[in-house]
Amino acid sequence: MALLLNEDEKMLAESAAGFFADKAPVRQLRALRDDKDETGFSKALWSEMADMGFTSVLVPEEFGGVDMGFMAAGLIAEEMGKNLSASPFLSTAVLAAQALKQHASTEQKAKYLPQICTGETLFSVALDETSKHTPSQMELRATASGNGFKLNGSKCMVIDGHVADQILVFANTDDGLSVFIVPANADGLSIERTIMADSRNAARMDFDNVEVTGEQLVGALGGGVEVLDTVCNAGRALLAAEMLGASSQVFEITTAFLKERKQFGKIIGEFQALQHRASHLYCELELCRSAVFSALTALDDNAENVGAIVGMAKAKLSSVAKLAALEAVQMHGGMGMTDEIDVGLYLKRIRVAQELLGDADFHREQIANHKGY
Amino acid sequence: MSDLKEFRLETRTWLEENCPPKMRTPVKSDKDACWGGRNWEFANDDQKLWLDRMAAKGWTSPSWPKEYGGAGLSRAEAKVLQQEMNAIGARSPLSSFGIWMLGPALLKFGTDEQRLRFLPEICRGEIRWCQGYSEPAAGSDLASLATKAEDKGDHFLVNGQKIWTSYADQADWIFCLVRTDNTGKKHHGISFVLFDMESKGVTTKPILLISGRSPFCETFFEDVQVPKENLVGDLDKGWSIAKYLLTHEREMIGDISGTKTLNQIITEKKYQLGPMLRARVAEYEVDEWAFSQTLSRMLSEAKAGASLGAKSSMLKYYGTELNKRKHELLMDITGHDGLEWEGDDSNDGEISRMWLRTKGNSIEGGTSEVQLNIISKHILQLPGA
Repeated sequence: MALLLNEDEKMLAESAAGFFADKAPVRQLRALRDDKDETGFSKALWSEMADMGFTSVLVPEEFGGVDMGFMAAGLIAEEMGKNLSASPFLSTAVLAAQALKQHASTEQKAKYLPQICTGETLFSVALDETSKHTPSQMELRATASGNGFKLNGSKCMVIDGHVADQILVFANTDDGLSVFIVPANADGLSIERTIMADSRNAARMDFDNVEVTGEQLVGALGGGVEVLDTVCNAGRALLAAEMLGASSQVFEITTAFLKERKQFGKIIGEFQALQHRASHLYCELELCRSAVFSALTALDDNAENVGAIVGMAKAKLSSVAKLAALEAVQMHGGMGMTDEIDVGLYLKRIRVAQELLGDADFHREQIANHKGY
Repeated sequence: MSDLKEFRLETRTWLEENCPPKMRTPVKSDKDACWGGRNWEFANDDQKLWLDRMAAKGWTSPSWPKEYGGAGLSRAEAKVLQQEMNAIGARSPLSSFGIWMLGPALLKFGTDEQRLRFLPEICRGEIRWCQGYSEPAAGSDLASLATKAEDKGDHFLVNGQKIWTSYADQADWIFCLVRTDNTGKKHHGISFVLFDMESKGVTTKPILLISGRSPFCETFFEDVQVPKENLVGDLDKGWSIAKYLLTHEREMIGDISGTKTLNQIITEKKYQLGPMLRARVAEYEVDEWAFSQTLSRMLSEAKAGASLGAKSSMLKYYGTELNKRKHELLMDITGHDGLEWEGDDSNDGEISRMWLRTKGNSIEGGTSEVQLNIISKHILQLPGA
């Protein structure tokens, strides 16, 4: 495994870096937050991301996508992480696009994937139901009724659920876990926007006898576990890539501060207590880059043990990105506690990203189970 | 069939025919390996046969040029050879500071005469080398070394003391840093010389370590005469060779692949782990995996032409700290078994002695703190580092 970028990937990384620094820098997130924007992201940005091909990075060409694969998607996510760019990229272009591409019928793909590429339809994936990511225990039920099913139960932490047009809902049936496409305006579905600590959006959803037909089923009845794997692997790898960007950037901000701030008549970066902590963090971040590249490569290669590799990457990034954010606050001293500088925004985004789709403990538990000790 | 595939098949056949049965078992400890040298006593006939056969193929150091005792293999071929050896559990035929350290230095800085004189006998395992770097007052601050080499016309006269010289009591020759000028800055005036440990005036004294073993010595030089032709590189410019070798050594120490994983040990002996230990093992395994991915990424970068530079300090720092963590966990996992110090069951206390031995990993070859200093200065460019 080379774990090096080829020329195309380097070019993409460069153009994504320029794009997000220009169109969606940290101050955009601040503005969305301070203006109490109803959507929590910039629609103009999303439309430009569609023009750039970012929304369609995982979609096959026959459905209007650019189909560049996970390494490319990861490079985009990394740049979004650096700039804390808010957009429905993860929910729509990654989780939903990948689930539909892998498991939907040809009719469903032909209907929805082009809409994802153009940016006109937003998707959410409704998965979690409790305070911690526990995909093995979902309570929401789909009970057979007439030609279709009735959905009852609730979901939480549905990323971008408040703006989604369509929702992929994981539900238990008598035949096992299954996935349905549910329009956001379906009768009996109530959606409550939840603004999270990172100033981005999720939603709580209550399903009260929401009716769906067999046509809304994604994949086979009872085939939800495979869809779950697809969604989780893609999401975890991309969250890891985003955290790589966010933690590298907050580290960059911190080392710049260490070279500028003076106390005791010295630049504080001269103090070995800080130098060694910064250098340790540098090493950890290098390991993180390797972990993320490995995970993205494993997805692109459809490696046999892809779930385990992606899980290790998510575990590693969750713990190191947290360390980077905590060190950033501490090393900035009192300034690190203020809303004026961006460090706190990174801390908050990283906290959310580390929790989504399983935190470090969750993935370590999976590894121990997988290896059987 | 591609050339590489053909090479693989030939190699497989040759190894199958030539690797003796006893050389297809894991090396249990440092002393179970074959180190060669004038005074080497082979553990068994298989060990000698394996060394001789591999040396005749040039495969004890396969990527060195043929005229120096190697086989001139490309990187890809050398990798295939290693893979095929791993596939049948073949041991490395020779453990050698000559191959790992002196060789690379001579290939880069030596004269052709020096290469022809020293490298073939290294490849054949005839001469065992040791490294004379650290001194009692020059540990982390290696460049302050004081072992003196005076110019006496046709030879240098060497006086001083080295410490932490690995296996000096068993080595035939030493590559040694000496001071040939002390008038300028400390990095200037260091020279890299080679001499026979049987020279008059050389004595060694093993140092008993906390592991109960003595892999290191104190080495004393009293009026040792070193012929001028044994100077490697330019006079007073030995620091660049020392740095080159330290970088090389750091990458080697950092590489902990090739040893048994914790998971293998747990599975083999069916050790039961409590939930807290289980969590720490899983956390360690994630880090070990991420580190192994980093090693291969760095290797790819190096192949693509980028110099590792100060990043070797990252590999040294992280790899050795990881190895210490691994052996702490191993003690936690094996519990009472791991505490055994003597006896056949425990292979003479291998687990506890390795646990103690690994404490030195983050000290030798530049301490973890020195590596962090190097990263602070050369990579992060923090002021005053």
